[in-house]
Amino acid sequence: MAEYKHSVSLEVSKCKGCTTCLKRCPTEAIRIRDGHAVIHSDRCIDCGECIKMCAYKAKKAVHDSLSCIEKYKYTVALPAPSLYGQFDHMDNIGYIIRGLKDLGFDDVFEVACAAELVSAYTRLYIKRSDVKKPVISSACPTISRMISMNYPFLIDNVLPILPPVDIAAYLAHEKAKADHPELSDEEIGIVFISPCPAKVSYVKNDFAGERNYITDVVSVRDVYFALLDVMKEREDEPLENTESGMIGIGWATTGGESTAIFNERYLAADGIENCIRVLDQIDNEDITSLDFVELNACDGGCVGGAMTVANPYIAQARLQALKRYLPVSPNRPASEWIPDQYFNERGIEYTPATLLSEDRKIARQMMQEIESIKASLPQIDCGSCGAPTCMAFAEDIVRGEANVDDCTVIMKMLFHQYLAEHKEKSVLDKIASDPILNLKKENAE
Amino acid sequence: MAENIRFHFDVDGENFTSAGEASVAVKKKLRQLGFPPDVIRKVSIAMYEGEINMVIHADGGTADVEVTDDEIVIILADHGPGIPNVEMAMQEGFSTARDNIRALGFGAGMGLPNMKKYTDEMNIDTEVGVGTTITMKVYL
Repeated sequence: MAEYKHSVSLEVSKCKGCTTCLKRCPTEAIRIRDGHAVIHSDRCIDCGECIKMCAYKAKKAVHDSLSCIEKYKYTVALPAPSLYGQFDHMDNIGYIIRGLKDLGFDDVFEVACAAELVSAYTRLYIKRSDVKKPVISSACPTISRMISMNYPFLIDNVLPILPPVDIAAYLAHEKAKADHPELSDEEIGIVFISPCPAKVSYVKNDFAGERNYITDVVSVRDVYFALLDVMKEREDEPLENTESGMIGIGWATTGGESTAIFNERYLAADGIENCIRVLDQIDNEDITSLDFVELNACDGGCVGGAMTVANPYIAQARLQALKRYLPVSPNRPASEWIPDQYFNERGIEYTPATLLSEDRKIARQMMQEIESIKASLPQIDCGSCGAPTCMAFAEDIVRGEANVDDCTVIMKMLFHQYLAEHKEKSVLDKIASDPILNLKKENAE
Repeated sequence: MAENIRFHFDVDGENFTSAGEASVAVKKKLRQLGFPPDVIRKVSIAMYEGEINMVIHADGGTADVEVTDDEIVIILADHGPGIPNVEMAMQEGFSTARDNIRALGFGAGMGLPNMKKYTDEMNIDTEVGVGTTITMKVYL
């Protein structure tokens, strides 16, 4: 398999080597080495938790710059519906669509429109008796990657239909070709405005296979600030409005995708830890009688992505107001069954990332060592050694990536032993007996 | 020959929401050891059902998992009420769970049958008023 391209990166000079991201990483992909964080590439699922947590802004989401528009003769913006929830006091999505064109995009294709098609096709798909239930949404790439690493038996549960953004990209590409037959494929830029780094990775790693029409991925944040500037210059009402309805815009927040299946046998969860628990329970066949499961790695759903500006719940409240008077689902599929080009031909591949050794005997020996080292560690999971837990530290030692001396608790204990052996009760006593310090104290008095 | 590895877990009888944690931990370890997905799944489901049983009926207990050259052995031991009629308890749908437990979605009477279904060998050693020890084996 080709090396995985990540969209979470670290600015080493800003990283203080604190343990905040280390402790919050859901896949234990981070270690602190030489005073700064290091991301274990094969374990990172691009959830963006570390970006959200970092107090020093050392973790960054990697994405394309808005200037990518200039690379193409013709560019189409694909705004994620979460973009609409970023603006305060905005009562018409038309302002955003016009603003995007003012920024230099030739056309706008709303991802929310494609989301309504995906909802319609999902309803058809889950009605079939031969599909594995519960069907798990394919929309959140972080969840799909989590499944590919840890839940091989749930791979067949994942909805095989491409996520809305890929279908939007395909349709936008088709429309651009139809509107401008003179354009070659290379001259058309299809630019996704994404709320999260996971979608950037999804695109850069070609997870949609041959059916990837997205050329660039920019952040909701960058577009938000650029839009504020151009929106201020216009005072008149925009002529065009959104072509999406309630369902499409609902996809930006948790529960939007599920309620659109028009069936109460669904589960919608958000927050990566909650999602992991739900996946564990489905994996143990302990959640029955569900048809559909929507899992969003970010709190609140896509509005909680690491490349957004607004608080996810404030964005959600704004979206509720924006979609209130919209039709339910103006985008209807043209066919009775899901068109071939809407299926994800690449699928999900099982790629376990924590294997100790290819040789199971060696793996067992290593596990044995890990267990015995772990038993000798303080079990307080302080993170000072650079690993998130004592267990992870024991694994690092056995894998040859860390040394037992890195444990500060053990070192402190050894230090006290050393002092005791040298009949010096404590460092403080030593300082107290220091004639120079005593002299200073007398002078001060 | 590699040494056998043993993992030990205390299953907390007080806390329903943490039921299943030992099975999740074992799943993670079996993945690290490189076992094929179907083996991991068998162990995980059998152990999960057993853990839930211990929480529902026996106020918790212990779970031990041993990995040897040719099998994975799961030993679940509790000091609960014991099973008066093992044959009846093995029937699908048979349940003695109270209504409040059933309201949580547990107690469907599939626990023991599922444990048998997902493992290659299962032995129940139980005495009323003393406790139950269930030993399950998944062949490699």
